[in-house]
This record gives sequence, C-alpha cells and structure tokens, in this order.
Amino acid sequence: MPATFEQIAEQAKARWQALTAGKRPWIRVGYAISGQAAGADGVFDAAIAACNQQGIEAEVTKVGSLGLNYLEPILDVTLPNGPRVFYANVNPDEVAGILTQHVRGGKPVTARAFAQQPAGATAFDGIPKLADLPEWKMQVRLAMRNCGNIDPHDIYQYVASGGYSALNKALTSMTSDQVLNEVKGSALRGRGGAAFPTGVKWSFLAPSKAPLKYVLVNCEEGDPGAFNDKGILESDPHTLIEGLLLAGYATNSNYGYVFIRHGHDLPVNATRRAIQQCYELGLAGKNILGTNFSFDIEVAFTGDSYVAGEETALMEAIEGKRSAPRFKPPFPAAFGLWGRPSNINNVKTIAYVPQIVQNGGAWFKSIGTQSSSGTAIVCLTGHIKRPGMYEIPMGLTIRQVLEDIGGGVVGQKIKLLQTGGPLGGVLGPEAFDTPIDFDAMSKAGAILGSGGIIVGNETVEVVDLIRNLVAFCQFESCGKCFPCRLGNTHMVEVLDRMCRGTGRTGDLDLMARIGSAMKVGSLCGHGQLGYNPISSALKFFGEEFKSRGQTGQKPLGSFHDGSMILPTRTRP
Amino acid sequence: MTTAHHGTSHTGHGGGHGANRDRIKVALTGQKQPTKTVLSSLLAIQDEFHYIPNEAIEETAQFCNSTANEVWSVASFYTNFRFTPPGEYTLDVCWGPSCHLMGAQKILKAVQDKIGLDKEGETPDKKITLRYNTCLGSCGLAPCIAVNHHVTGRVTAESAAQLASKLLGQ
Ligand SMILES: Cc1cc2nc3c(=O)[nH]c(=O)nc-3n(C[C@H](O)[C@H](O)[C@H](O)COP(=O)(O)O)c2cc1C
Ligand code: FES
Repeated sequence: MPATFEQIAEQAKARWQALTAGKRPWIRVGYAISGQAAGADGVFDAAIAACNQQGIEAEVTKVGSLGLNYLEPILDVTLPNGPRVFYANVNPDEVAGILTQHVRGGKPVTARAFAQQPAGATAFDGIPKLADLPEWKMQVRLAMRNCGNIDPHDIYQYVASGGYSALNKALTSMTSDQVLNEVKGSALRGRGGAAFPTGVKWSFLAPSKAPLKYVLVNCEEGDPGAFNDKGILESDPHTLIEGLLLAGYATNSNYGYVFIRHGHDLPVNATRRAIQQCYELGLAGKNILGTNFSFDIEVAFTGDSYVAGEETALMEAIEGKRSAPRFKPPFPAAFGLWGRPSNINNVKTIAYVPQIVQNGGAWFKSIGTQSSSGTAIVCLTGHIKRPGMYEIPMGLTIRQVLEDIGGGVVGQKIKLLQTGGPLGGVLGPEAFDTPIDFDAMSKAGAILGSGGIIVGNETVEVVDLIRNLVAFCQFESCGKCFPCRLGNTHMVEVLDRMCRGTGRTGDLDLMARIGSAMKVGSLCGHGQLGYNPISSALKFFGEEFKSRGQTGQKPLGSFHDGSMILPTRTRP
Repeated sequence: MTTAHHGTSHTGHGGGHGANRDRIKVALTGQKQPTKTVLSSLLAIQDEFHYIPNEAIEETAQFCNSTANEVWSVASFYTNFRFTPPGEYTLDVCWGPSCHLMGAQKILKAVQDKIGLDKEGETPDKKITLRYNTCLGSCGLAPCIAVNHHVTGRVTAESAAQLASKLLGQ
C-alpha cells in the first residue's frame, strides 16, 4: 500500500526536525559542479576526517549550489537550534580548525564566516546576515528556492521544504483544466530561448485524445556560459520532477522524458535518483498518490551536439538518431516524439510550475514586468567580481545586475556583454539601462535566452570574441542545411583572417550576405540566427569592426602570438 | 555522487574479439532505462570501453533491429564518440566564451607545450588524450579544465601545465 501524501509529509517533517533541531550539528558542503570545480571534494573529505578524528557526531551532507560561485567551495555549519553559518573559499587544511572551534567550542570562526542565517531570533554577533548581502537581497528565489539548502538526493528534505504539496493540491482539488488555467494566468514564458507562452503551448497538447502523449524536458543546455538548467537539476531535481508531473496532469499526458547531455554526472545522477524515489513513494508511475493520474518518467541522453537542444532535433535524439531538426509543420503538439503528440519545455520553465500551482497564476504574474512575468535565472561569468547563478525578478536593469549583484567589473571598465548563448548577441555599455525582460532585451539587440551573461572588460577584442562564438556555431552545425554548414565555415574563415591581420576589403559585406542566406535557408535557429553575433556586435562596435583586420595590421586578441588554436569540424 | 574515473583499466585490448563481443552484449543488455535506442546503446558501449570498438557497430545494429549504416551515421555524428582507445587520462580544455575571455588560449597553449601536441589527440605514450571542450558547465569558475570528467576551475597556464605533467608521471 503506497503512502498517502500526509504520511510522506509527516515523515519528512520528523526527519527535518532531527536534522535541524536534534542532537547533532548539520554540516553542509556545496557540491554542485561549481563546488567540485573549486575543490569541494577536498573540503568534504576533510570534514568527514575531522569529525572522525575529533569524535564529532554530525550529519555531513553534500548539498547543491547556492549560486555564489565566487565563494566556492562553501562549507556551512548549523548547530542544533542555532543559526546557519557559511564559510567561503574554504581550504581543506582549515576545515578541522573551523569544526573544532565552531562545533566543539560552540563559537563560529567569525573572521572566516561570510554570512549567517539566524535561527529565529538567535544570531551570532559580527557575522552579516545572508539576506542582507547585496547579491542575495536582490534575488527572488522561486525555482532556486532550495538550491544549496537541501540534499538533492533526499526526497524527504524536498518535501519538508514544501515539496510535492502543489502536486497533492492539484491531484486532490483541481481538474487538469484548472491547473492549465493557472499556468496560463501566470503568463509564464518559456525560458529555453524563444520565450513562447507556456500555458498556450500546453493548450495545444491538452485537448488531444491520443492514448500516449509526451512531455519532454530540455536540459541539453549547450549554451556555453549558461549552467542554470544543470544547476537546478544537480541542486534540486525534485522541483523539476514535480513540475513535470504537473505539466503531465495539466496536458492529460502520460509519459515524460528529461533530456540531458551524457557525461554530466551530477545532474544526471541526481535526476535519476529523484525519479526512482518518486516511484518508491508512489509519486510517479501508476495511480499517483492513489488518484487516477498515471505518469511515467525517464532520463534520455544525447551525445555531444548543440543542435540536439532544438525541439525537433531533441525528439530525433530521444529516438536514437542524429540530432538534426525536422521540418515544421507538423508541430510537436500534433506529431512529436515517435509521431505522437508532444510538448517540450526548458528545465527552468517547468521548475516554476510547482510554485505557480501552489500560489496561483496571479501571484506569479505579479512578479516581474508586464511582458515578462516571474524571475530570470542569470549566470554571470567572465570579467565580473562575483560570478555565479542568481535568480532575479524580471525588470532589474542590466546595470543593477552587473553592479549590485555582480559587484562590478574585474579590470578597468566593462566593455561588452555577451548574452543569450552563442546565437544571442553582444551589447555595449549604451544598453546597460535596459531592463532584463524578454522584449526589452531583444529590442536592445540581444536576447535574454537561457540567461547566460558573459562580461568582457576593456581588454577584450570584439572581433576575437565574435570569432570564438562563430567558431562554436561552425563546430556545432548539424550539417543538415547547407547554408548553415557552409555559411558558418565561411564566416569563421573571414573572421579568422580579420583576427590575423590579413582581412580584405568587403569582408563585412561578404559576411552580411552569408548571414542573410543562412537566415532564409536554414531549418532551425542555429542557421537562422547564426549571423546574430556579428550583427549585434556591429551595432555597438561597428567602428572597431571596421578598423580591424585590414591587411598589415597586427594580430588581435588571442591571436597575438600567432598561435590561435581553432577547432573546426564538419559533421559527416 | 561520483564522477566517471576511467583510471588505468580501460585499454580495451584485453581478450580476443570474442571477449569484446561478450562485453558489448553485456553493455547492450544491461541498459536500465526503458527506452533503448541506437544512441543509448552506443553511449552504453562507450561507457564500458571508453570508445566504440568495431564489432560494436554490428552488435548494436542487431540489438536495435537497425542497420550498420544507420549505427555508423549516429556514431559519427555525435562528437563524444571515438573509435580508438583513449589515453589513460582524458584532459578536456574548455574554449567556450567564458573561458576564452578568462584566458583559455593561454591554457591550451601551455598544456600543448607541456605534453608535446599541437592538436587534439593522444600523447605518444598514450598517457593523455587532449580534447577541446565547448563548455564544461562550470563557467562561473572559468577558465576550466577537466581530467576524466572531473572539472577544475580557476586554472592558470602554470597550474594547467603542472597538472598535465603530473598526469604524464613527471
Ligand atoms: C540550435 C538550438 C539549440 C537549442 N538549445 C536549447 C537548449 O539547450 N535548451 C533549451 O531549453 N532550449 C533550446 N533551444 C530552444 C528549443 O528549441 C525550444 O524552444 C525550448 O526548449 C522550448 O522550451 P520553452 O518553451 O520552455 O522555452 C534551442 C534551439 C535551437 C534552435
Ligand atoms: S565556457 Fe568554459 S566552462 Fe563554460
């Protein structure tokens, strides 16, 4: 007999109580990809060793990422009923000392603590509150609400934080139409790039009476500079799974795929584990929570291919074929995976759904701007003081994000931003008062896309950066449409000679002609948008583009020593 | 939560072709997910061998009720598949735009100089396979490199070269 939701919630509450207000301290290590890359393995091992050596009986947990990449590795300590104290940039060598003083001595190492979360009224002196830090204060954490706080491998911690109550609410007190209407009412728009209204997309699929209908979640996340999809999956996979179940219910579908690139072990393992736990507790599979709703979920992999993230190419990849886009129409809602009606959404899009169902569409719509409701999950990287993943309300200006959250530029001054992935655009400082909002960003000449914001300072050569982006597009063209395959190759050739100082008169016109051929002659956005990096850069840095690359000039940027390493490839 | 370390035990030469075929069959039938396709099968085989042995094409075609042609077309499309055994360590250097701005070219150069390669591929002693990666997913810690999928961020030309010589056993 599967458990009722009340029984699961009861268990979860008891476990959470033991974790935070029991006898043992709780030690958490941020262990997402970013944590690992910063050395969290060593910190985790040192914490275990120190506990063993000092006879400390503690719960030591690998949690996901708070998003504060610049502070990683992060270790935090919560004494029973006490505040949660965060230590930043922790070196394995200092872990034993921190634990001796904080856990055995009961006093945090104030000089090393960057923030705390008080327990009720109890707080330590001399340590700032996390909620007061500028990069935290401006965030509204909806999809990221649990990231870095809970063990992504423990469904009970998710339930104790309010998880699966939206699913329970929907299944026990709402019709599928009512759920769909909440999502429509939220004005949620897709976070995968095209910003299409999610409720509208779902309503294409919902009425179909086909016996098998699919909901596909897109975590291909090939955009370099973006890591928020994998970030959610590795830190809080149940948020996505709950959203997927709700999407299945709202669209009367019965099967879900979470589509991830093979090799990203942390998000893959976390997602698989989450799905397995759902099956064990009766939250997935047949008659979920004892209702008539049945929904199966599995993880599907792609190999390395950027275009696999395009919605129809994704279906080809799940079917096990080369990930080349299909001709549309027919659209996925009519003819999708294996010819069956399907719906595709990005991870972030689906991750909002539990909160929308829980708090209502109107609540979500009240956050953000008129045209873009909710939050944006941005990844700040490059020449910025506080690189990381931040969830901000739509409508903050780019400048606020760069200065108040990002802490400003590394170097003299910001020269440019590259946003929305390699097919997105480049923005100059003139555009920094643009609000972060789908429509305002595209009007400014870039796209918000998946939320990557790469910052370049005064040392960056625009042509050299653009060459890097176009080289990516060349490398990743699936090859199906020849204007995209050959056009990208040709544009790389031109940009290459500009960088080497052997450019020719008329090169810019040549690229414009190639770009327009790609736009009309390609099936998917990869070719259609392939000229975007160049056109957007020309808008802000036209002079620099025109003055560079003429024959006889000295090589640019990363070509300065004449040894640029350029991977190119054409798919056979 | 462990990452795939392929360490030292994957030369893939051991045993004759028959042994290879047995391992391939185990990899094919051992797939746990409900949906098994040509792509999922090839990924399972590469997980086992760290490359796609010749016989795997035929075996996969048979397992998936497909053709050798179809299997080759998929295997040659995705850039993660390889058809010869990799070196003992696979060293990925990211050249994505975040890493590019933070100095990826210098890191690539330093690594190449250290291991004596000027393009992707294996060192003569088969210790290291060098790969260029379009994004290792940890752009907030750029520039990044990875050894057997394990990412290290905030590297410098010096630390990357040092790591490479450690892998070479120097
Ligand atoms: C070349 C190309 C690559 C894409 N890659 C992704 C991706 O990695 N992740 C994603 O969610 N959407 C990607 N998209 C957009 C998808 O086609 C699709 O619009 C999106 O997944 C729909 O989800 P949404 O409505 O929630 O935004 C890509 C599109 C193109 C043209
Ligand atoms: S661009 Fe290098 S890790 Fe993403």
